[in-house]
Amino acid sequence: MIEKKKGSKANLIFALGLVVLVFVLEQLLPSSSMLLTVIKKSAIYALAAVSMNLLNGFTGLFSLGQAGFMMIGAYAYAILNVPTDQRAAVYQYFDGGIIQFSITEGISSVLGNVAGLIIGVLLSLVVAGLVAAVFAYLIGLPVLRFRGDYLAVATLGFAEIIRAFFQWDKLGPITNGSNLLRKFTNLADFNIKNSTGQVIINLSTTILVLIVAACIMIIAMMINSTYGRSFKAIRDDETAAEAMGINLAKHKMTSFVVSAFFAGIAGALLAMYQTTVQAAPFKTAMTYEILLIVVIGGIGSLSGSCISAFIFVGASEWWLRFLDEEKYNILNTHILRSGFRKVVFSVIIMIIVLFFRKGIMGENELNIAGFGRWLKRLFTGKKKPAIETEAK
Amino acid sequence: MQWIQQNLPYFLAGISVGGQYALIAIGYTMVYGILRLINFAHGDIFMCAGLMLVYLSASLPFYVSIPLVLLLTVLLGFTVERVAYKPLRKAPRMSVMISAIGVSYLLQNVALYVTGGLSKQYPAIPWLSDTVTVFGALTKRVTIITPFLTIILIVLLVLLINHTNVGMAMRAVSKDFETSLLMGIKIDNVISVTFIIGSFLAGVGSLLFFSNYTGVTPTVGAMPGLKAFVAAVFGGIGSVPGAVIGAFIIGICENIIKAMGWTTFSDAFTFALLILILIFRPTGLFGEKVTDKV
Repeated sequence: MIEKKKGSKANLIFALGLVVLVFVLEQLLPSSSMLLTVIKKSAIYALAAVSMNLLNGFTGLFSLGQAGFMMIGAYAYAILNVPTDQRAAVYQYFDGGIIQFSITEGISSVLGNVAGLIIGVLLSLVVAGLVAAVFAYLIGLPVLRFRGDYLAVATLGFAEIIRAFFQWDKLGPITNGSNLLRKFTNLADFNIKNSTGQVIINLSTTILVLIVAACIMIIAMMINSTYGRSFKAIRDDETAAEAMGINLAKHKMTSFVVSAFFAGIAGALLAMYQTTVQAAPFKTAMTYEILLIVVIGGIGSLSGSCISAFIFVGASEWWLRFLDEEKYNILNTHILRSGFRKVVFSVIIMIIVLFFRKGIMGENELNIAGFGRWLKRLFTGKKKPAIETEAK
Repeated sequence: MQWIQQNLPYFLAGISVGGQYALIAIGYTMVYGILRLINFAHGDIFMCAGLMLVYLSASLPFYVSIPLVLLLTVLLGFTVERVAYKPLRKAPRMSVMISAIGVSYLLQNVALYVTGGLSKQYPAIPWLSDTVTVFGALTKRVTIITPFLTIILIVLLVLLINHTNVGMAMRAVSKDFETSLLMGIKIDNVISVTFIIGSFLAGVGSLLFFSNYTGVTPTVGAMPGLKAFVAAVFGGIGSVPGAVIGAFIIGICENIIKAMGWTTFSDAFTFALLILILIFRPTGLFGEKVTDKV
């Protein structure tokens, strides 16, 4: 999914291959399949983790506001996409709310259903990202002047403030207070149906993976640009970077705003995936989970974040499920019961944090061309350590 | 008189909550002073202390269970430091902070597993939970006791820091980590003592806090923890009296805001305060000025 350098088409082809694989899987597996759920959720978490990595791993700003920005994105998307005739039902405690239009619906009425859906959703995603970015700009003005730990706590605090704000009754006509927002355009709307309403081609997972891949590619391009090099310079030594003529305030702000933009899109995608939005789950715990994904994948590696998002979501939602089931009763101890999975999971995370501090990828990126060379060497019998990753 | 009767409970609650935050804040401020680490797990240690009493008091009388809880809390704090922070002594500060977040995640998940996600009823500790009348306002005795107990403990702590060898070592380590190492101070012991004191006070804080709030859930520690941290920053991180004053100010302001009917924003206020103090006085009320060396 990552483009490491110009001319490296292998990674692009690999990413496209993944998308095609997802498409095929989606047609073959039933829509309730655990694998598809994990793919969807991990794609969203991958985008959130990559956006956090841009900030924490590449710019060295330890920010813990990601869940807050995701919440803003999710809300912006949901609020702008509840169909007009459903508003009365969704905003039942607030007289139908004060916003009386839906982006997707509006565009569909002009361009027809298919084009309207695609353009409408893409536009809404961009708007969701922009709203998050605007908030990030305003928050960044005071907060980015702080260093290290203070920045972490201040951003964490801001995420909490925003959450309290969104649940506030007085804002109910816009945010629906602490009630659910629902009935907006979601991923299932992308499935192609025949005239009787039966799904012929499943597209909900594919479209999600495509959007995520595109976003991650944009971030990768940014990191490989002069901006990215400035970010890394700031991370490695702020004072030296400043001495070399890098405008600290400007670059930190850029990184912060771009990160929030993509976090907002991740939030909007999460809203589409969940089909409902509520402020309550966007807690500090969510930021922590995303941070742990970044750490497991390797701080400063985009492909690492993607891989670890898949492993993290897969392990917590699927592969470790059996730990929660009481039927495997070892020695009659009843150790396995609801919640044990999370305990085991967090112990594993602690082990990674303590003993494998570099994570899966360290600061390296997955390089398909290099991997191919490694495979070739493997078969021709020449020795070379582990998966080859491009030396810096 | 009417006005006093209406508003006194909020004020008393404010002082009481402030005292509880103060006890937690000391754990943050001392650890930060020495290790430059925001111990994100501290709020969860506080929560665990609450849960331990819930389970222990079910089978043991209070005069056994309360000291036992304090002992176990101290042990927990000590273990967390030894297992999760000590191996990372030479690692970048960000790694230690991530480790702290990992511990916090672990403790919350263990609590979730043990409780099954249900809110556990905190036992009513006799005498402490009795209702008393102050100037015609009804309140629990713990509300009255808290500020006094807090101040007694803090005076003891300040005496310890200023007049014992361990205290001197602590001050030395927080001043200059490397030099104190060269001077033969056993840094690991000093850090352990810091965590032990911090956890003990968090344990006492949990007794007082949960007596007022009755319910213990796995995530209950996070908010008081963060607020206590803000209090520590407000007072100037590394300064014990500063943390205490900051905690009382936050506790009282928060309850005044609640009294005005803005409960939604009582949490938000704390963080707004954090931003303001960081903008206008980054070192806090009593913090030392730090200059960056290149």
